[in-house]
Amino acid sequence: MTRVAIAVILAVLYGLHQDFWLWREARPLVFGVLPIGLFYHAAYTVATAVVLWVLVRIAWPSHLEEPVTRA
Amino acid sequence: MVQTGVVLAYLALVMYLGIFAFRSRRAAPGAEEYFVAGRKLGPAVFLLSLFGTNMTAFSILGASGHAFANGIVTYGLMASSSALVIPVSLLLIGTRLWALGKRHGFMTPVQMFRDRWECGHIGTVIFVVQAVLLVPYIIIAVMGGGTTLHTVSGGRVPFWLGGGLVSLVVTTYVFFGGMRGTAWVNAFQTVLFLLFGAIAVAVVSAGMGGFSTAMESMLASPATAPLLSRERISPLYFLSYTFIPLSSIAFPHIAIFCLTAERLSHFKKTIVFYPLCMLAIWLPSVFLGVAANRATDVPAIAAKVEARAELAAGGPALSQDARDRLRVQAAGDDVILRLVEGYAPLWLAALLGAAVMAAVMASDSQILALSTMFTEDVFTFYGGRRRFGEAMQVRTGRAFVVLLTAIAYLVALRMPQSIFDLATQYAFAGYAALSPLLVAALFWRGSTKWGALASTVWTAAAVAFVAVVQTTVAPPPPGAGVPILTIGDIDVVTRAAAGMMVAGFLPVVPMTVISALLMVVVSALTARTQPAKDTLAKYFPG
Repeated sequence: MTRVAIAVILAVLYGLHQDFWLWREARPLVFGVLPIGLFYHAAYTVATAVVLWVLVRIAWPSHLEEPVTRA
Repeated sequence: MVQTGVVLAYLALVMYLGIFAFRSRRAAPGAEEYFVAGRKLGPAVFLLSLFGTNMTAFSILGASGHAFANGIVTYGLMASSSALVIPVSLLLIGTRLWALGKRHGFMTPVQMFRDRWECGHIGTVIFVVQAVLLVPYIIIAVMGGGTTLHTVSGGRVPFWLGGGLVSLVVTTYVFFGGMRGTAWVNAFQTVLFLLFGAIAVAVVSAGMGGFSTAMESMLASPATAPLLSRERISPLYFLSYTFIPLSSIAFPHIAIFCLTAERLSHFKKTIVFYPLCMLAIWLPSVFLGVAANRATDVPAIAAKVEARAELAAGGPALSQDARDRLRVQAAGDDVILRLVEGYAPLWLAALLGAAVMAAVMASDSQILALSTMFTEDVFTFYGGRRRFGEAMQVRTGRAFVVLLTAIAYLVALRMPQSIFDLATQYAFAGYAALSPLLVAALFWRGSTKWGALASTVWTAAAVAFVAVVQTTVAPPPPGAGVPILTIGDIDVVTRAAAGMMVAGFLPVVPMTVISALLMVVVSALTARTQPAKDTLAKYFPG
């Protein structure tokens, strides 16, 4: 995966954190208790874990793992 | 009495874990074993301990207190932004720090900076700024320990004894256990945090008769409905908070912790699970803090709600003293303690006491980091190790741990906590503004030591300026702002109730942006002072 693609993915994820479209909304209460803004950010946290899992699989800096000899 | 007993038993257990439980028989004694656990930590301890190192008393107490006053926005401000920025910084920066540490034996960020930019005394300047920004955390932890033991014992353990006891326990296991002991204690404490959140939600929910009714009644009241959305917070303020987690990797104790993993692959689980750990700890803390606004059958919480209503109704008509008094009464830092006291059985309240102790004892990593920095960046750099040997270096590190904790304890006994609460707020912004140093060192060949110095001096000056403004200009009522610097008709710098603002942003934003700009501009102007090709090849092979 190119560096540009990774940067775009991270930029989109960062942009999604600024959820101005839910700014003044409290309803619906998800599961009857969680205001939508709080639910969104909880779901965002899970989505972040998924994106990081993908990045770790396809963009891992494996060159850093090469056997090292102390200089 | 039961609570005090459980907390004291917890302190004894932590001391045992830190000193004896995981001492490695195979490990060679020496500086690397003491300061970075021989770079041999396994994946589970690395994840739990790194996460625990990042969690402070704020994660349980402060988060619910902030949510009690400000509502659900707390989670977006502090948890979901950290859940993205911290693991990404571990992926991009932490892994590179690990590799450089493994290859060249670095134990502190300043060692790496000195090597990368071929500088000596500029590294010392960076060390001083880092150390000054870190010390308030240690003092706050001593104060937190004293206050917590005093509270859970119903006043039987005085503040000086509680603070002294916590200091003694932390000093003992950091002294004997070094990084390995500290890491295992942190891992244990993280497990405790993770368990606590779910249990507390279940018990408080049962006590309040479920949360649905509480949420519906909050929505029906004009006073509490805004707490369930973000209408009281400006989008610029919200955006500003995403800069704060940049501080994490720039904190020396986190950067040093990145050096302790045995293998690079240990970072994988840490990076992926970090957001989920944030969710598991912060969602219950924030949700319980918000729901506490309807727990008015608990007298202590009812008093807080009344004080807040009085503060809002009085507005600018209140005197500064009355506002300050009401702010203290309405403060929600102990709201989760009060909730559990009100709804939980004694055994859970006792466990909570232990969890709170775990939170306030998170200073162990900072103490060890300062000791590592002192011995590596000052003692060794200025010839101490060459003259006196490695054994003396470790002894110096241990002596520094004792001295630092003793000083923190004495300061904690004599100074008001509010000073250090403020200082830790500045420290977050300060470390975020230092993050361009790491990015430039690792990713930009063209960066120079003079660029690093400019960023560091700017950070120190900016933190000092914010501190002076916030302590000399009294906070106005919520919603108002005191202009400090006006250009044309625009108030560029203002003092708001929440602190200093710059063009609607928190100071951390201009501090970090200007720090990055200074790094770029000053490095470009001093391009002739770039390190030798051999040095650059270490950092940018190929």
